[in-house]
Amino acid sequence: MNNLLETAQKLGLLPEELDKIKEILGREPNFTELSAYSVMWSEHCSYKNSIVWLKTLPKSKKGNGIWGKQVNGANEDTPPAGAGGLPSGVGGLLVEAGQENAGLVDIGDGLACAFKIESHNHPSALEPYQGAATGVGGINRDIFTMGARPIAQLNTLRFGNPTHERTKFLMRGVVKGIGDYGNAFGVPTVGGEVFFDECYHTNPLVNAFSAGILEIDKMASATSYGVGNPVFIVGSATGKDGIHGAAFASKDITADSIKDLPAVQVGDPFQEKLLLEASLEVIASGHVIGMQDMGAAGVICSTAEMSAKGEHGMRIDLDKVPLRQANMHGWEILLSESQERMLVVVKKGQEQAILDIFEKWDLNCVEIGVVTDTKRLEFYQHGEMIADLPAESLVLGGGAPVYKREWSEPAYFQAFQKFNINTVAEPKTTGEFTKILTHLLSHPNIASKRWVYEQYDSMVGTANASTNAPADAAVVLVKHPKGGKANRAIVITVDCNGRYVHANPEIGTMIAVCESARNVVCAGGEPVAITNNLNFGNPYNLEVYWQFVGAIKGMKMACEALNTPVTGGNVSFYNQSSSVGKAGGDVNNAVFPTPTIGMLGVMDNLAYQTTLDFKQAGDLIYLVGKSQEDIACSEYLYSYVGIKGSPAPHFNLEEEVKTQKAIYDLIRKGLLQSAHDVADGGLLVALAESSFHRDLGFAIATTQAMRADAFLFGEAQSRVVVSISPEKEADFLAYLQQNGVHHAKLGTVTKQDFAVDGAVVLPTDMAKGLYMNTLGEMMEG
Amino acid sequence: MKFGVIVFPGSNCDDDMVYLLRETLGQQVVKLWHKDTSLQGCDFVVVPGGFSYGDYLRSGAIARFSPIMPEVQRHAERGGYVLGICNGFQILTEAGLLEGALLKNDHRKYTCKNVWLRSETQNTLLTRNLPAQSIYKIPIAHGDGRYYADEATLASLQEHDQIMFRYCTEAGKVEESVNPNGSIGNIAGICNKSRNVFGMMPHPERASELFLGNEDGLKMFQAILQK
Repeated sequence: MNNLLETAQKLGLLPEELDKIKEILGREPNFTELSAYSVMWSEHCSYKNSIVWLKTLPKSKKGNGIWGKQVNGANEDTPPAGAGGLPSGVGGLLVEAGQENAGLVDIGDGLACAFKIESHNHPSALEPYQGAATGVGGINRDIFTMGARPIAQLNTLRFGNPTHERTKFLMRGVVKGIGDYGNAFGVPTVGGEVFFDECYHTNPLVNAFSAGILEIDKMASATSYGVGNPVFIVGSATGKDGIHGAAFASKDITADSIKDLPAVQVGDPFQEKLLLEASLEVIASGHVIGMQDMGAAGVICSTAEMSAKGEHGMRIDLDKVPLRQANMHGWEILLSESQERMLVVVKKGQEQAILDIFEKWDLNCVEIGVVTDTKRLEFYQHGEMIADLPAESLVLGGGAPVYKREWSEPAYFQAFQKFNINTVAEPKTTGEFTKILTHLLSHPNIASKRWVYEQYDSMVGTANASTNAPADAAVVLVKHPKGGKANRAIVITVDCNGRYVHANPEIGTMIAVCESARNVVCAGGEPVAITNNLNFGNPYNLEVYWQFVGAIKGMKMACEALNTPVTGGNVSFYNQSSSVGKAGGDVNNAVFPTPTIGMLGVMDNLAYQTTLDFKQAGDLIYLVGKSQEDIACSEYLYSYVGIKGSPAPHFNLEEEVKTQKAIYDLIRKGLLQSAHDVADGGLLVALAESSFHRDLGFAIATTQAMRADAFLFGEAQSRVVVSISPEKEADFLAYLQQNGVHHAKLGTVTKQDFAVDGAVVLPTDMAKGLYMNTLGEMMEG
Repeated sequence: MKFGVIVFPGSNCDDDMVYLLRETLGQQVVKLWHKDTSLQGCDFVVVPGGFSYGDYLRSGAIARFSPIMPEVQRHAERGGYVLGICNGFQILTEAGLLEGALLKNDHRKYTCKNVWLRSETQNTLLTRNLPAQSIYKIPIAHGDGRYYADEATLASLQEHDQIMFRYCTEAGKVEESVNPNGSIGNIAGICNKSRNVFGMMPHPERASELFLGNEDGLKMFQAILQK
């Protein structure tokens, strides 16, 4: 008895969870069954500590929301001429969050976009190359298991101090892992973020996003039904890699974590590419009942989730599973997280057609079982039943435990509020501006991530518009699977400033959602839905859980305001080092709470494509949105001044919506030459970034109304730098005045040099040199 | 002209080439499966980029043994056109249809970016519309793109005017600073002696679309189609 409890606890189960298992089975579980529950009820698979809150997030669109309507309230229901707005139905969610492997959104023309983000933080902390590579593999399988062909990937990475050897080791490994896998797989990596802070030193974050396209009527579901239908395992053979990987991802990283190395999987992008092609062919054949990739928790997870969804059972013969090594135990086969595998349930009588397709692609395709009406999973090995479990009892929404956790506000939160801008000496001279701008442009959080992204194939698919036309979000052409010239694009981005979220989880997360939408809008898209990757510390720590709850509340508010529902995502807790001491360890050992937002936008008219670069000298530069006397949480304050504790930057949701709607309408009226949001580093950095692409400059003036550092380097939100042709100034101003949108003229685009109040702060070429080369020199030096 | 685009397991630029030829240029194009042994009457065979057989063993080393390759060989011997891009170029050198070899980039990293190419000869189907020493922005995306040939081969390539493109500066200067992979003589693309088999590491099909903001590559494909 004690022995069983001890085993259960070693597998990561709580005593009350063992009691629940006994109650479900009406007997004591054997080791195989206990292992199955331990992975299926791990945080990673069951979301047991987060699901209560995830359910509060908006899951559907409310009409057209703010898009396509006039800001000033007139004509609420009819879009003004030329102001856009997607046709009815487009942007609608086609599956509910959590129902399939990824979210699915109608993008018009009979097509839908499947998209999702997922973390591979824990594996990447130990084995950065394979950890990151298999993260890319996993997220892409989630997309193509639905029948969608992936067309673009993004990733968001967080590391510690980039001058530290561990950071360089992790970063080289992660970037090469993402590159080697994604490049061979043949889906372009079109954007992403890299952010450095000491808090990510032990626990780097590696979140991978993928988006794919399918014809709406050809979606494959992760379900199983039809008594007697055969169950196939396809793709790679099963080995001992990644066993208990899901459980591993559900604990803190400690000095002993290296012993979990076998829990890290090994990827093979070549197999994945073959699996992609074969899977899409099989789905197109119409013989498939359901299909699910094997990621976390392998065979046990896919059999359980598909059976629970289809309300059927399965009888599986584990002796038939192709194995990589001899003498694997039944529980090892069930839990293995060997990559590039799928479970496919096929209509009885169509077995040969399926076998032929996988034979064509030289892949394993083996019938390992049959669908039953028992709603139970019965696993056999060597002729004996080794596990017999009700499918429903294993899964989220079924028998998996759900916990409501307590939380409490950490002491740092109030301390951060006490920050007073007047304690910071105001820089006033050009020399000081030069020093600060030089610091920012050569700061790895702001400098170009060229060293990273040039290692990724960003152009395969001949659909990425951003190669030669930089924008705040990636614009990716959608080619119709039926052929013909492409006529629409998806606009995608991933964003989250963890420092803001740490300072104020609710506001910081609103900012993350809004920044991602702002980026989509600036690139010419209409934001339609998000996926999220919630990276937090140990949920049993009350203060970490406070961060989590605040983040969800903020996300809900921002998503409702922007009419961008949540289609699903991933929760990654335990991004925290060493939890000795009180339950759940110390919030200060956790990473910044980092709820990464992946935003999907649709551009159904390619004429709306808008870039961030200034086009020619003489164009006028305006700021849409309002400058604030605020330097809180800015890169300037944090790393130049050296003040680590301050509140989140100024943010107001209504102002934000107004700014975004203005940019959205101005683009559709054809009034903008460029649009670039003011983000990390503030206004001067945004202006510099708009200048680099065509080697132009700018001349602007500061204002008497506020401190120069707040104006130039503050990170107050809801602001966009635009450039316009002088002949369009009247129309531009008329729109903004009519709709009551804050704006200010900043100056003009010039041939060279960054000038503030008539003095050159930096010449363009010098600034560009710093911006382009800093990270590479850091990594290669 | 009828085009055939070969699909090996691991090819990933096949669809891009088909899209360009069919949707942008309005040509007849078929995909040729590597296990087949017929070229279906194609006049022009494209060996596309990607990671055939996962680049395992050595880029292009396994693909050359695919069942369709002897047909490609015979097609080339008959004077039929063959164009290999990136992994396709690697496969054609492995198959002996083009001279030299492609080694790991000297900096040992995979690199994807726009580079500048200088056209070195007008005496090929692909480059006939490109004025001598004219300059084109074309992307590369490879880890094994360092062209290598021994001195005798190099001299022979020169002598027979087989070098199609070299990496250069935006102003057209061929120099080491803009060599993206350590390729000998900055060579980016060559043809065979009979001038019907072409290979290049850069991807002109990724620079042939208005939406992509770069149509420099289109000039090469339009030259193929010109009567």
